[in-house]
Amino acid sequence: MTNLLLNIDAGTIDWSRAQFALTAIYHWLFVPLTLGLAVIMGIAETCYYRTKKQFWKDTAKFWQKLFGVNFAMGVATGIILEFEFGTNWSNYSWFVGDIFGAPLAVEGIVAFFMESTFVAVMFFGWNKVSRGFHLASTWLTGLGATISAWWILVANAWMQCPVGCEFNPDTMRNEMVSFAEVALSPFAVSKFCHTVTSAWIIGGIFVVAVSSWYLLKKRETKMAVESIKIGALVGLVASVLAAATGHKAAQDVGEAQPMKLAAMEALYNGGTDQGLTAVAWVNPFCQPDYENLDEAPLRMAMPYALSFMATNDIHGYVPGVNDILNGYTTPDGRVEPSVDEKIERGKKAIEALAAYRQAKAEGADEATLNAQRSTLNENMPYFGYGYVKDKSELVPFIPVNFWCFRIMVGLGCVFILFFGVICLLAFKIPLISVITRRLLAAIGLLPETEADGYDITRLPAWHYWLAIALVPLAYIASESGWLVAEFGRQPWTIQDMLPTWAAVSDLHSSSVIITFLLFLVLFTTMLAVEISILLKQIQKGPDVGATLNEK
Amino acid sequence: MQKDSFAYRVFDLYYDGFKNMRLGRVLWTVILIKLFIIFAVLKLFFFPNFLKQHAAGDEAGYVATELVERAQ
Repeated sequence: MTNLLLNIDAGTIDWSRAQFALTAIYHWLFVPLTLGLAVIMGIAETCYYRTKKQFWKDTAKFWQKLFGVNFAMGVATGIILEFEFGTNWSNYSWFVGDIFGAPLAVEGIVAFFMESTFVAVMFFGWNKVSRGFHLASTWLTGLGATISAWWILVANAWMQCPVGCEFNPDTMRNEMVSFAEVALSPFAVSKFCHTVTSAWIIGGIFVVAVSSWYLLKKRETKMAVESIKIGALVGLVASVLAAATGHKAAQDVGEAQPMKLAAMEALYNGGTDQGLTAVAWVNPFCQPDYENLDEAPLRMAMPYALSFMATNDIHGYVPGVNDILNGYTTPDGRVEPSVDEKIERGKKAIEALAAYRQAKAEGADEATLNAQRSTLNENMPYFGYGYVKDKSELVPFIPVNFWCFRIMVGLGCVFILFFGVICLLAFKIPLISVITRRLLAAIGLLPETEADGYDITRLPAWHYWLAIALVPLAYIASESGWLVAEFGRQPWTIQDMLPTWAAVSDLHSSSVIITFLLFLVLFTTMLAVEISILLKQIQKGPDVGATLNEK
Repeated sequence: MQKDSFAYRVFDLYYDGFKNMRLGRVLWTVILIKLFIIFAVLKLFFFPNFLKQHAAGDEAGYVATELVERAQ
């Protein structure tokens, strides 16, 4: 039995991580469209409620139909992640299950129940309940989905920044001492805001893209024009909010996970007055030689921007990879110990745990037990470091963090510009939209003859194709954000508490490989089915109660 | 059951709704197949509770041994 425990198959760790990543990435293909379309269909139905026009009812029902398709495909894809906790990550599940499991349980019992109750009223209740109750049900469906996201993100935020807990060496569990601290941790709040606003971007782009397709085909013109207005406005607000919340999230990361921030920036050696790297040569396929390089080659940076992003102070101190490994002192005198010191303290914690449990089993006196517990508690903040054999294990794979962060932020800027221009063109705000149209005509993006009195239904075809092409890019941006969050957390399953090689179950890697391949087939099939049904429904168009081509 | 009672109206909402589904039938078929695969195949055969299988009722002791031994 002991021999089995000493050598975990490295393949088990990597395949278990890969399996979790695969299922999480697929799950995140469905969730943001649910959250994003929830806002769109709520706004469309609100317009129906206020105007009582059949047109808005048909428009709302159309977007609700697409919401329903995506919801049906995505439902229960998250449950598989919970299966993986119990099978592939059993040490993790036991060690932190009391805390990690609570938000997941609340999500299922409260949020999903709320969502599934009101979605039935939304689909079945058009002729059964009042317009006001139906409108409320539509918004409550979206709210239920958003509250679901809250609890899942609380759980994920706790992995990044564990709070509100105490370790009990008798039960070998971290026990929750403050539900409020866990549920309302600042890390969870900013992660929730940033993630949900990014989902609204996807909803906005999806609606603009589908509407653009209708304009290309010269169909459902009025619905397309009005939906573009809603989608573009939601997208613009969401893009700006995502940028603002991203700034806050970066500060939280800088405080709780400085190594993640260093990896995101390929910042090998930090300091004050740090610039934000716009671009640099970081080989996408291998870990850079951060110990010997001053900085990434060909680096172009925005002066002071990283210090500002991480600390809200253009002169703020931002540690690099080597600073974190070797220990550093901030300008205000705060000392961060070196990794060597943390490893020593981590080993003390683990030894104290072993000694405590042995002493307890042998019936030792209270004084002995208290002494061991005291040593354990003193060194518990560094418990996870006791498993580290080589400092390099603590450095996440920098290329993924670096490039995914740039993809996410770069595309985020594109979306702000895109939605901004679409809003200005679609809403025809006096003066500003005239200036915009003249500018676009001057640089050849609009036909000159259309510069003043043009019609959004008669733009050059490439405008519509651009909107459609942004759909996959929106998903790439969103998934890139998750890759930064989760790759940057490595090697920790829980930051500073438990690295992956301590958290994983002692399974043979072949069983993990089999389930990995099964998931790949299952999820790809589901995705193909969803895309097929969505495209068919889009092609079919809305079920009209009255004509949608009125001007 | 009174037809204007809350219970009847809830029943009627679901009964009528499911009866008149068109696209919904396809989606529900997909959902049910998916749930069957997830719970009756994957959970049963591929995702057992690891600790229940290996810890012989003493999960704390098993995890303690695992976590201590892996640090060595």
